[in-house]
Amino acid sequence: MTTLGTSGLVLNEKLLFEHSEPGRKGYSLSKLDVPATALPAELCREEISGFPELSEVDVVRHFTRLSTWNYGVDSGFYPLGSCTMKYNPKVNEVAARIPGLASIHPATPAHLAQGTLELMYRLQGALAEVSGFARVTLQPAAGAQGELTGMLVIRAWHEARGSKRSKVLIPDTAHGTNPATAALTGYDVVPLASDGVLTLEEVEAHMNDDVAALMVTNPNTLGLFETNIEAICKLVHDRGGLVYCDGANLNALMGIARPGDMGIDVMHFNLHKTFSTPHGGGGPGAGPVGVTEKLIPYLPGPGVERVGNDYRLEAESADSVGRMMAFHGNVGVMVRAYAYIRSMGAAGLRRASEMAVLNANYVRARLEGVYDLPYKSRSLHEVVFSDKDLEGGCHTLDVAKRLIDYGYHPPTIYFPLVVKGAIMIEPTETESQEVLDEFCDAMIAIAGEARDNPELLHQAPVRSRIRRLDETTAARKPKLKWEEGA
Amino acid sequence: MRFIPHTVGDVTEMLERIGVNTLEDLFVGVPEPVRLKRPLDLSAPASETELLRELKALAVKNATPETHKSFLGGGAYCHFIPAVIDLLISRSEFYTAYTPYQPEISQGTLQAVFEFQSLICQLTGMDAANASMYDGASACAEAVLMAVRLTRRKRVLLSRALNPRYRAVVATYCRYLSLDLVDVAVAADGWTDLADLNAKLDETTAAVVVGYPNYFGVIEDVANLAEISHGAGARLVTAVAEPVALGLLKSPGELGADIVVGDGQSFGLPLAFGGPYVGFFAVRQKDVRAMPGRLVGETTDLEGQRGFVLTLATREQHIRREKATSNICSNQGLCALMATIFMSLLGKQGLREMAEQNLAKAAYARQQLSGIKGFSLVFNGPVFNEFVVRSKAPVAEVLRRLEGVGILAGIPLGEDYPELADCFLVCVTEQNQREEIDALVAALQGGAA
Repeated sequence: MTTLGTSGLVLNEKLLFEHSEPGRKGYSLSKLDVPATALPAELCREEISGFPELSEVDVVRHFTRLSTWNYGVDSGFYPLGSCTMKYNPKVNEVAARIPGLASIHPATPAHLAQGTLELMYRLQGALAEVSGFARVTLQPAAGAQGELTGMLVIRAWHEARGSKRSKVLIPDTAHGTNPATAALTGYDVVPLASDGVLTLEEVEAHMNDDVAALMVTNPNTLGLFETNIEAICKLVHDRGGLVYCDGANLNALMGIARPGDMGIDVMHFNLHKTFSTPHGGGGPGAGPVGVTEKLIPYLPGPGVERVGNDYRLEAESADSVGRMMAFHGNVGVMVRAYAYIRSMGAAGLRRASEMAVLNANYVRARLEGVYDLPYKSRSLHEVVFSDKDLEGGCHTLDVAKRLIDYGYHPPTIYFPLVVKGAIMIEPTETESQEVLDEFCDAMIAIAGEARDNPELLHQAPVRSRIRRLDETTAARKPKLKWEEGA
Repeated sequence: MRFIPHTVGDVTEMLERIGVNTLEDLFVGVPEPVRLKRPLDLSAPASETELLRELKALAVKNATPETHKSFLGGGAYCHFIPAVIDLLISRSEFYTAYTPYQPEISQGTLQAVFEFQSLICQLTGMDAANASMYDGASACAEAVLMAVRLTRRKRVLLSRALNPRYRAVVATYCRYLSLDLVDVAVAADGWTDLADLNAKLDETTAAVVVGYPNYFGVIEDVANLAEISHGAGARLVTAVAEPVALGLLKSPGELGADIVVGDGQSFGLPLAFGGPYVGFFAVRQKDVRAMPGRLVGETTDLEGQRGFVLTLATREQHIRREKATSNICSNQGLCALMATIFMSLLGKQGLREMAEQNLAKAAYARQQLSGIKGFSLVFNGPVFNEFVVRSKAPVAEVLRRLEGVGILAGIPLGEDYPELADCFLVCVTEQNQREEIDALVAALQGGAA
């Protein structure tokens, strides 16, 4: 078959430092129009050793070549489970660069920052409506910081009531950030077993008066809706706890169901997942947090409030957990998410969730029987297979690397941990049936290759600019920077 | 909907293949009682033209360095942004990729991060730097947590001359970790008060945290602070909110700092009302494995070609879960790329020249302002591009009056420092032309008489 992946001319490129030539310049500064001054010599450094000297052309070629070694959503299908790699609308990029929005200083007095404050206020409102929470803070910079914010809020609520609970329940399907966050908030983690979804019995067995909260992900990382969520939330509340929801998978639920209506008390959003802002090669994202009415006083400050026709930064409440960021969070990301919500509208967001779920189920229908499907309940936005049925001594990693040769970004692999050799596929709604068919054809062809010619998988990728990398040596003898003469 | 390709025919065909009749059937797992029974209450969708019209109408309500003469700093700085940066980061292979989990098709991101780590090491004089943090303040908080882990001590001394918003974020991160956060006073010259530091430093102190330059623009004596801290076995954390200063100042590493954090916003990132910016984090070799955040390392592939991978992941949450060094996962990748491109363009000479211009412009402004009746300079210590001005007239009135003539004169200090309620912080960068500085001086003069 003709595959999407092929080989062509790719350019090599050295490190910046290896291009450097003394005396070369890549900048232009205006001429100094005031008298020059100097600091006492003992405060000043020698020249910055190793810093490059390059022309503008050198720099442009360098980074342009590097870019061609990457694979992005704009290159092709990127079914990285739990990351919601949907298309990033271009108008969002234009929006974030509108001069008045891009160049306003964060300490500008509120009456001269009405445009951005109004946008933030509207975004807070839209996210609250989508999620069913009473209030949203936009400050956290990423999902993990949103989790930290949410868990701090939970702890502050308990402390305000004189409750000294010390534990947090976390299901075995959870993202690794959940237990790491609980630890940062000073809680001990009690892992819960799940059988696809969390049962009321399992929560009941561990929920006691030393447990501050349950952290769930809904839909969970297997792509399954936590069907017992209402009863679980009620139980946790009856026993004096709160429920945190990791909102990484909200893309399955927009306009369908709202976490705030299920009994969940706190949830973070990932604007870079559900709300289409670009992932940037590892950020910046944004991780706003929604809470129920009773938790509003504990949110980090300042939020944006509206008084008449004026928008203001609220005074921080005395109970607030405090600031998460130096300023107001990743505002540039908020502009993009706002632009997305305005482009989509209510019906568009619901359609996005429906098509995301349709796409995941379509991939599942096409690959079930070829790849082992450990959990059979109806999937929502993503589907998790395992490598159990693969032949030829091939494993999940081999399938992932072979997919690169076929021209795809591999799915998330070896997560969630409850599935051995997990292959976690999240197609998102922005992919057409044709793209999914071609991808599924590739997955099926790879399973066949595993049986007939497993070496193709073990050697893969062969069409990428570089082959498999020696990660063991990288970790054993870390080389984390360029050094002159090294 | 232009971002969703499905036709009616596609949907029918796909449902058939799945073996269900309607889209509704796909949601059987969502129990009826929790379903939303109404459409979301959101504004009707906007076309591209309508959306941009709406956003531009909002944008013109903002005051920016394009509409006003701006002397605002305090942790976010208006600097020259080379045109190259935005055009290069608009290569969608960069901005539409995610964390480089699959190194064979992520070498662009990985090599750029390796270069970022290298440049940060050169700039700070440290041995190893991570792939970035959210911002300078959260990096500062993570540095405190790291020092606590390394020393197993519980007391942290924060200079009151450290950016107050950095101090606030440290307090938030440490809120439930049973740590003792203690403020160290500011001396009359604007430096961290060494006598107060010596009095408060003891063998339970994990870290001493100072700004370099500090919030008042004053250049701290890092060598002395390091020596004092080390005398008690504490780590010195140096926070650099204005990294342009490092084009000129001795690096914190050279002066003995143990952990150097800061914000890279000055390196080519738009002000954007506070974010996204990029935190940096650099440590000594011996502490690399205790560092939070992602790290990229050099290695080779099967054929011996140089390549780069995420490495030392066993520190991180996806493997160590509750025992991880931090919960940080996504960082500020694209912002780190912007800072990398900026440092590449400015290079050895450019960063120095830019730093010298900042120094000269601030010195000129400082000298001019010091001669105005009703205003005085507060601190005598050497400053970089910011300084504190005391006003006889109420600060709020002075700033408001200058706004009226199109000048954002500075940040009032009273909210963070009650004892400086009659002061404001002025920042002057290479972007402020002499005429702007003269206009500031003239406007202040006009109202002080």
